[in-house]
Amino acid sequence: MILWQTLRFAVGGLAANKVRSALTMLGVLIGVASVILLLAVGNGSSVAVKDSITSLGTNSLTVSSGSAAGGARAASSVKKLTVADAKALATDAGASTAIKSVAPVVTTSGTALYGNVSYSPGSIVGTYPAYFETANQKVVKGEYFTDDDVLGSRKVAVLGATTAKQLFDTEDPVGKRIVLGGTPFTVVGVLQAKGGSGFTDPDDVVIAPLPTVQNAFTGFGAVNQILVQAASADTTTAAQSEITRVLLAAHAIADPGKADFRITNQASLLTARESTTKTFTVLLGAVAAISLLVGGIGITNIMLVTVTERTREIGIRKALGAPRAVILGQFLTESTLLSVIGAGLGVAAGMAGSHFSIVGIKPVIIPESVLGAFGIAVAIGLFFGSYPANRAASLRPIDALRHE
Amino acid sequence: MRHVIDKRVPETPVPVIRIRRLTKSYGHGDATVHALRGPDDPETGEPQGVGLDIEQGDFVAVMGSSGSGKSTLMNILGCLDVPTSGRYLLDGVDVGHLDEQQLSLVRNRKIGFVFQSFNLIPRTTALAQVELPLAYAGVRAAERRRRALAALSLVGLGERAGHKPNELSGGQQQRVAVARALVTAPAMLLADEPTGNLDSRSTEEVLALIDGLNATGRTVVLITHEDEVARHAKRVLRLVDGQIVSDLRQAPVDGPPPALHDLGVPA
Repeated sequence: MILWQTLRFAVGGLAANKVRSALTMLGVLIGVASVILLLAVGNGSSVAVKDSITSLGTNSLTVSSGSAAGGARAASSVKKLTVADAKALATDAGASTAIKSVAPVVTTSGTALYGNVSYSPGSIVGTYPAYFETANQKVVKGEYFTDDDVLGSRKVAVLGATTAKQLFDTEDPVGKRIVLGGTPFTVVGVLQAKGGSGFTDPDDVVIAPLPTVQNAFTGFGAVNQILVQAASADTTTAAQSEITRVLLAAHAIADPGKADFRITNQASLLTARESTTKTFTVLLGAVAAISLLVGGIGITNIMLVTVTERTREIGIRKALGAPRAVILGQFLTESTLLSVIGAGLGVAAGMAGSHFSIVGIKPVIIPESVLGAFGIAVAIGLFFGSYPANRAASLRPIDALRHE
Repeated sequence: MRHVIDKRVPETPVPVIRIRRLTKSYGHGDATVHALRGPDDPETGEPQGVGLDIEQGDFVAVMGSSGSGKSTLMNILGCLDVPTSGRYLLDGVDVGHLDEQQLSLVRNRKIGFVFQSFNLIPRTTALAQVELPLAYAGVRAAERRRRALAALSLVGLGERAGHKPNELSGGQQQRVAVARALVTAPAMLLADEPTGNLDSRSTEEVLALIDGLNATGRTVVLITHEDEVARHAKRVLRLVDGQIVSDLRQAPVDGPPPALHDLGVPA
């Protein structure tokens, strides 16, 4: 009964100064909405990174040439990776359970022509069919090129989604002929779009058999990378030591510390990037928390004004026998109501705002942040309201009544 | 309906108000101002304090010019302020030993206030105003409403229960304040210049109301500086510089107030 009465008085008190109450709520609203939204943006970017980890294939390992020890060795003494290295690994893969498949990769660039359309794809990749599975590239139209195509150095190519769109627009590219660096290629397949998360578009590629690309562009020398697929995510470490062992033997290096190649694990690389986005999320959250705090101070400010303005009313209530707890309760209810309504609207605004893409990132709401922001806002209302409410409750009735 | 308001406290030998050697001073040292001092002690020259008994059913007017200490006395009697020294027994209870929580209970149950400036709560209907002291007393909503409506109709404002203070005239506002003061059936009605802000017609209405309440046995203490108003009281106290200088009885405690007596209303 008293509770209901208190709530009614609180609503009445807020309604008496609509603009003031609305502006105070706006402060809380902005605080809560920004906490939810900024955390959602941070979370969205980390979700995007996670997605790209899975799209890259979590089991893939990349072997590239270069010294792990840094610039101590002269570049000339570094033995480049060759197709022979890949073959050594592939031979070993037959005996080992850790390595599933091996694909040497050369990367180059050039201009593709189709009819009178000219386009420079992001990269032209020469490799083996195993590459598709290892790099998690799926063909949606047409088919993959085969081992026979590699053995026969056939002039066939699989296009990335972006490249296909640029060259053919709405036309079906499969079976069409394009000219790459003066060599005609037949398009046999189009890859499924992966969607980009970083600065490079993974769909902007042309993939062709390794010897064909070597013949047309790079020559039959070194390869850029060897892509190795581990049997499963658990065997990546075993696969990594397997690769090290085989390549050290192939390059005749006794000391593992002097290895002239590097093995990078895509997943661990992206985990590092994910931790960066976590820091980013925490920073965003901190900024938002400050605005929530400012909203709370706004409540204190307005409640202090309200208490001063209604000192006389407090005196009347005390003269009528209102106990201290009732006065305290009334002003606390008022400040909490401000924060609850403000936070509620803030949650709504945050939810609505997260439907829009912000600086290229699709926000993903963290459910805990919604509950947390709402809870903290309400707690802030109680905490920041308690000082003015306490001041009201401790007024001596005679002083309050005499207040003009 | 009337029994709610007209609840006579059983006859007791204890006076409603008993104050002994009561003083109230402000400031310290040389700057001390004695708002209530009583007669000075002939030997030490220190103030001895005010002593006063008010009987159940009495109608006392406290008169004095401004600064005479009558408002200070009223605030102490109403438990809004605490005396510097001395004892104050309200309805037999020494209020000097009560804490803030108990004092609010005393104000709620034993005292009904009527102020010069009405002191209604803004933006609140007359009914809610009158319900307020009952709400603080923890009375159930239905009972509260019934008693508040009864009190409002007693002051002749039954029709205006839904009006807010800014929709009522001064006299009507003061009548709402009277209804609010009597709705808890307090031991004493404390009125601080209740007609000070009213025109003569409203003054008559409000005074008639107070006369009527006293005639039904309610103890009334009324502060005023107008002789016209004091004429309604059974007993008139004059305060000068914090001392009671005269104590005049105009009518017996157990009779009707003089204004009603003159009209020929039987005791």
